Amino acid sequence: MGIIKTSKLIFEYIRRDEDGNVEGITRAIDNVDLDIQQGDFIAILGHNGSGKSTLAKHINAILYPTEGTVWVDGKDTSVEENIWDIRQKAGMVFQNPDNQIIGQLVEEDVGFGPENMGVPTKEIRERVEESLKAVGMYEYRKHSPNRLSGGQKQRISIAGVIAMHPKCIIMDEPTAMLDPNGRKEVIRAARALHEVEGVTIVLITHYMEEAVFADRIIVMDEGRIEMQGTPKEIFSQVEKLKELRLDVPQVTLLAHELKKSGLKLPDGILTIDEFLYELERITGKQNTPGKMGIL
Amino acid sequence: MAILLNHVSYVYQAGTEMAVTALNDINLKIPDGQFIGLIGHTGSGKSTLVQHLNGLLRPTKGALYYDGEEYYSQGFDLKRLRSKVGLVFQYPEHQLFEADVFSDVCFGPTNLGLDRKEVELRAYTALKQVGIEDEYFYQSPFELSGGQKRRVAIAGVLAMKPDVLILDEPTAGLDPKGRDEILDQIKALQKESGITVILVSHSMEDVAKYVERIIVMNKGGVLFDDIPQKVFHEYEKLEEIGLAAPQITYIMNRINKELLPVSTEVKTIEEAKNEILRAMRLQHD
Repeated sequence: MGIIKTSKLIFEYIRRDEDGNVEGITRAIDNVDLDIQQGDFIAILGHNGSGKSTLAKHINAILYPTEGTVWVDGKDTSVEENIWDIRQKAGMVFQNPDNQIIGQLVEEDVGFGPENMGVPTKEIRERVEESLKAVGMYEYRKHSPNRLSGGQKQRISIAGVIAMHPKCIIMDEPTAMLDPNGRKEVIRAARALHEVEGVTIVLITHYMEEAVFADRIIVMDEGRIEMQGTPKEIFSQVEKLKELRLDVPQVTLLAHELKKSGLKLPDGILTIDEFLYELERITGKQNTPGKMGIL
Repeated sequence: MAILLNHVSYVYQAGTEMAVTALNDINLKIPDGQFIGLIGHTGSGKSTLVQHLNGLLRPTKGALYYDGEEYYSQGFDLKRLRSKVGLVFQYPEHQLFEADVFSDVCFGPTNLGLDRKEVELRAYTALKQVGIEDEYFYQSPFELSGGQKRRVAIAGVLAMKPDVLILDEPTAGLDPKGRDEILDQIKALQKESGITVILVSHSMEDVAKYVERIIVMNKGGVLFDDIPQKVFHEYEKLEEIGLAAPQITYIMNRINKELLPVSTEVKTIEEAKNEILRAMRLQHD
C-alpha cells in the first residue's frame, strides 16, 4: 500500500437554504481510487469546483469520507484515534500565506508544530533549524513573519510542516496569491524537499508550468479522476485539457499549434530546451546533440 | 477623462521612524479608452498607486488631476471621482453581501442618489456587460461559482458608470478557463463602451494578450511604460526585479539566438507560430 491510498472514496455534502432546510445533496468526490507511493511528486489539476481541494482535505483528515476509505501510511482516516498521527504524517500548506502563520518570530512559528507534539525542547531547536535550512529561510529565523514577502511566508509555512517530520506534504494552491518570484521560491522549495529529503509531495495548482515537474499528474473533473499520467502524457492532450477548463504551458501550446500547421513535432513538449532541440531537428540544422542540452 | 499624475510621492507613516516610501515621484498620463496593464511584484507600489487614482490615498507630495481638475482642490467632488474611477479590489466576491444578485449590483447606484428606474436600468446593463444571464438575477450571490461571483462584483462597480475601471488581480484563484473568460469579457466591454481599463497583475502572461500598454512598477517608481512587446524585450531586467516575461518571449529569444532569425517582439502564441513558420520558409528559399 502506498503512503496515500483511497478506495471508492465518495464525499457528499448537504446544501441548505438560509433557514437550514435541506435543498439537495452535492457529490463533491465521486468514487475516487488513488494510490500514491512514498517519494512521489504528484500534481493535481482541475477547474474551480472539480473537487481537488476536497480530495486534499481528506488526506489530512479535515474531511471524512461519506463512503469508501482513505488510508494515510496505512491508517484509516475515519478512525478517530488515528487523526493526530495522520496530521503529523501528512502536513498541509494552504493558499493564503497570511492565514497560517501564528508565531511572533519565524523560529517560534516553525517550532509550534513539534512543540504541540511534545517534542523535547532541544530537539525542537534542531528541527526548526533543519526545516528552515531546507526551505532556505534560516537567516530569517529571528525575523517577524509579518514583514516577509508572500513567497517567504509560504516557505515558513512549509518549514512549519517539515518540522513535524511528515512523510507527505499536501499543498493546496500554495502559489495562487504569490508574484512570479514568490511562486518560483515555493516550487523550488517543494522540489528540493522531494529530491533531497524524499518527501512525498501532492501539489494542487492552477499553474500548468508548475505541474511539469511532477512524476505524475492527476486531472480532476466533477469529483472524478478524469486523466492520469506523466506530464508528457497529460500535456499531449491539449484539446482535452481545454475542454476541462485547463491549459497547457505556452511552449507546449506553441509546439502543438506548429504541429497542426504541418511541422513534424512530437506531442507533449514541456520545456524550451526540448522544443528547440526538436525544432532544430526539423529545420535540418542538426548539430551534435550535446549542444542543445537534451533533457 | 484623462488622469494625470504630476510628481506624485507617497510615504506611509510619514514623519515617524517607521516611514516607508511607497511611491517615488510618479509622472503618468492615463488617457481615455486605453487598456493598460499595471505590473509589479508584491510591494512595488502598484496598489498604493491605484488607491491614489480614485482618491483613497492622498499624495504626500505632488498632485493628481482628473479631467483637468486637481484632486483635493477647493470644490473638488471626491464622491463623484470615486464613481467615475471605479476600483475592483482583489477577491471582490468577498464584498458581496445582498440577498440576491440584482440587489447587490443596485447598491452602488442607489447610493449615488439616482431614482429607482435608473438604478435598475444600470444594474441590468452592468450584469449583461459581464455576461450574467437573467436566470441568476434573483439567486443569492453566494450560490454562484467563483467566476460568476467575481463578475457580479465587477458589475457592481460598472453600475456606477465609471470612465475608468481598475481591476486588482481580477483572475487570482480562477482556473485557466475562468481567467480567460473574465479577461475576454473585460476586453469586449472596454471595446464597446470605450472606458479606460487598468488591469493590476503579477503576470505578464495573463495581460499580454489584452493590453496595449504596460506600466511596470518597481520600488515605488515607474520602471517601464511602453507597448507590451517593448516591455517584454527587457526580460532580463524584469527578472532582476522579480517579474518574468511570458514564456513565449523566452522561446523566441532562444530561437533567434540559437536557430533562426525570428522577431522576438511577439505577444501571443498565434503571432509566434506565424513568425516561426515565416522564418522557416525564408530559410528554405
